[in-house]
Amino acid sequence: MAERAHPARSRDETAAQIRHLLETEGEAVHAHSSTMSARQAQIYDETDDIETLRTDARAIKEDAIDRLPELLETVREAVEANGGTVYVAEDAADANAYVADVVDDRADGRDDVADAPSVVKSKSMTTEEIDLNEALERDGIDVYETDLGEWVLQVADDTPSHIVGPAMHLSREEIAELFTERFDPDEEFETAAQLTEFARDYLGERIREADVGITGANFVVAETGTMALVTNEGNARKCAVTPDTHVAIAGVEKLLPSVRDLEPFVDLIAKSATGQPISQYVTMLTPPTASPTLDFAAPDAPIAGTDADALSAGTEPDREFHLVLLDNGRLDMREDDQLRETLYCVRCGACSNSCVNFQSVGGHAFGGETYSGGIATGWEAGVHGQDSAAEFNDLCTGCSQCVNACPVKIDIPWINTVVKDRINREGDAESYDFLVDGLTPDAETDTSGLDSGKRFFGNISTVAKLGSATAPVSNWLAETGLVRTLLESTLGIDRRRDLPTFQRESLVDWFEAQGGVAASRRRAERAASHANAADVGREAVLYPDVYTNYVDTDRGKAAVRTLEALGVPVSVPDLPESGRAPLSQGMIATADRQASRLYGAVAEDLDAGRDLVVIEPSDLAAFHREYERLLPTRSFERLRDNSYEVCHYVYGLLENGTDADALATADGGTDDQGEPIAYHSHCQQRTLGLEAPTTALLERCGYAPRTSSVECCGMAGSFGYKQEYYELSMDVGNRLAQEFESAETVVASGTSCGDQLETLLERDVSHPIELLAPDR
Amino acid sequence: MTIDTVGRFERALESLEVGIERVPAADATERIAAAIDDPAVGVPLPFDGVSQPDAVTTAPTAGELERARTGVTPAQFGIAEYGTVAIRSTAAGNEPVSLYPDYHVAIVAASDVVPDLGAGFDRLEKHFADRESIVFATGRSATADMGDLVHGVHGPGTVSVMVVEDR
Repeated sequence: MAERAHPARSRDETAAQIRHLLETEGEAVHAHSSTMSARQAQIYDETDDIETLRTDARAIKEDAIDRLPELLETVREAVEANGGTVYVAEDAADANAYVADVVDDRADGRDDVADAPSVVKSKSMTTEEIDLNEALERDGIDVYETDLGEWVLQVADDTPSHIVGPAMHLSREEIAELFTERFDPDEEFETAAQLTEFARDYLGERIREADVGITGANFVVAETGTMALVTNEGNARKCAVTPDTHVAIAGVEKLLPSVRDLEPFVDLIAKSATGQPISQYVTMLTPPTASPTLDFAAPDAPIAGTDADALSAGTEPDREFHLVLLDNGRLDMREDDQLRETLYCVRCGACSNSCVNFQSVGGHAFGGETYSGGIATGWEAGVHGQDSAAEFNDLCTGCSQCVNACPVKIDIPWINTVVKDRINREGDAESYDFLVDGLTPDAETDTSGLDSGKRFFGNISTVAKLGSATAPVSNWLAETGLVRTLLESTLGIDRRRDLPTFQRESLVDWFEAQGGVAASRRRAERAASHANAADVGREAVLYPDVYTNYVDTDRGKAAVRTLEALGVPVSVPDLPESGRAPLSQGMIATADRQASRLYGAVAEDLDAGRDLVVIEPSDLAAFHREYERLLPTRSFERLRDNSYEVCHYVYGLLENGTDADALATADGGTDDQGEPIAYHSHCQQRTLGLEAPTTALLERCGYAPRTSSVECCGMAGSFGYKQEYYELSMDVGNRLAQEFESAETVVASGTSCGDQLETLLERDVSHPIELLAPDR
Repeated sequence: MTIDTVGRFERALESLEVGIERVPAADATERIAAAIDDPAVGVPLPFDGVSQPDAVTTAPTAGELERARTGVTPAQFGIAEYGTVAIRSTAAGNEPVSLYPDYHVAIVAASDVVPDLGAGFDRLEKHFADRESIVFATGRSATADMGDLVHGVHGPGTVSVMVVEDR
């Protein structure tokens, strides 16, 4: 099979690594990240102006990145006017050399030259990115991390597993064991309070002795040279003001034009990161600060001058300040239309917390050289190159839960799709895969670096068409051990996963056999007159997605019966695949071609005022989200504004006066409670805000739906079929299954969700429309 | 905007488990003396008729700062919405005095309590224009990095706010 040009782990190696992390770190990461995700969602809900804040924040970032070269000049002038220095570092080596020079210079000037120069640091992902600690240590400088989580990692010689909670993969017991081994304390550590006290004392001493304090910067105000540091512990304040020299290191993207631009970010960052209303300390420093420097080696000297001097704000202590602004690929990202959005990131970690795969394995699997979580693909591709991103970016299933969590509305799944596409294209042009290539021509055929499994899933519509045409032979074949072995070894389809069963008669063929559009019109008219309903005057085109058309035709038939019973005539034309499948595999050119075909195929219906009704939420999400990137604006808007999720559509009909009696309502519909039912929406459907209409529809029809709280079923399209991700998919799915274990009836909107639930619960899980459809 | 901004400030501080006391200026010195734990360090207070009690060492040495259990500083303003106090960096040492001791007592004039973050930024603009440094401190220093929520890490684990009502 085709090999990537860069050295990649084999499926077995990836699977083994994921299995290991699920066992060792998964529990701790899940406990922390899912809690933060729930808190973030809750505080977003409780914040009245959250949408305004997010929109403002994004607009400010768009403007700032657009004006970046100008802001670099502005901040240089401001900081120099304040008496500080600005250094724009091209790359890691450049930045590290500059910082080492500053530290050496400062240490040279002091009286006690016997000790090695020492630096205390506040948590900074940017210095992780450039491996600053290693560089300083090579230069004979002692470095101490002062953020407790970061210090634990330093002691453990470990790496961060989360942008915000770097040591969240370690339990209290593991930290206690580590500290006992390393520091040999008089009394054993038992509680978090004891560990914290020990760390406070130990690090307090290091801060008091340090020659230089190094911090990152969450934001830098260009106009005034003010930087904002956001922490809960207070260590950034101590590092910045205790030694007489402060070095702040920040990516160039942290620049904001003016003071006022800081406001939405100060309001948003803690809400997004930890679900706190605001963090404990938002330190806004315009260095060199007026604070007196603290010389604990001279304990009897007053820290400030006389009272009279001290009260006059103009007194400037002997302070040195260096602002190091790091490029390291960022200015190129700014020129890249697809990666530019990454620069809007405020590194709150909300994308990590909202991601079910991240919750299970953490940043040691779902991350590259430095950054982890959904947005890490953009960062790693930009600052370390595609190879680093390639290590983990298939863990993004495109479920889009992070989209509504991101405070600056970055389309993180799209960035992941783009990078997947770029990785697909960097393969060796000499090799190709006969099996898949022969089966499925696609727009990526000239880029044979494409993994065969990806090509298979990206062309699943062709496979399904073939499978249906040859059913039941294809179904029988698919069950044989030989075929499963072949599918696993060539395409990486895990043999433990149930494969879909193809129907011999597709939904489109069934509909034609029922008399097609003309018969549907007669049935709808008859239903309308029987139900004594007002003429709704609508006509629907039911979108036969691949799965509904060839596998679960029942839900398609149920949708047809439902719409007709409510007086809406239906057509079920043979429409092209939406492009969802290739998009999931990062095959953007193929998806783009299919989007155009799909639009061309439905344009006349849309022009005629017909509604496109969609059963599969991931296809609707393609029409409503990704098509903006693929179609001309007018076409996109026309399709988006006239396409509807099926339950949302039915709910709309009822809201407009159509009688629900035509539907199969629950017996319990007359009492207050309704008939209990468990309902799992669908990750992308939730992003679109479409869980509520289905819930409301079920309630209208006499059910009392209980919805799932977990973000995603873990199957997310082809992801769960892949050998290397099977166990992760099951780990995520099990959390959903546990919520629904006791429920008598379970329904799910998505194909993958239904399959996953059926496997885990070992019973039927149908689409809500099948529950509501009248018999015919 | 709520009419009772100080009341809202009070409720926000209570939810952060930060002590709050409203005092007339004439009583402030006495009340600070009652609130502190010895030894205490502080910086001069800029409110007319309010001074640091004798038990508070102003212009402390580095050693006194290190040993102090309480630090008493003024706040430039308070933000009612979040229970935030804005501490300005000054040469007198407001920043280290508010940060190093485990107990911070912040003194703020009732007239300086603004309703929300937006009003806080209105005040900030002037400070930034003067190239000053300000910390928004909200509640107590905290960490969850050791496996459980613990207060008082690199900053104070106990905080009190005293609102001087007629200044």
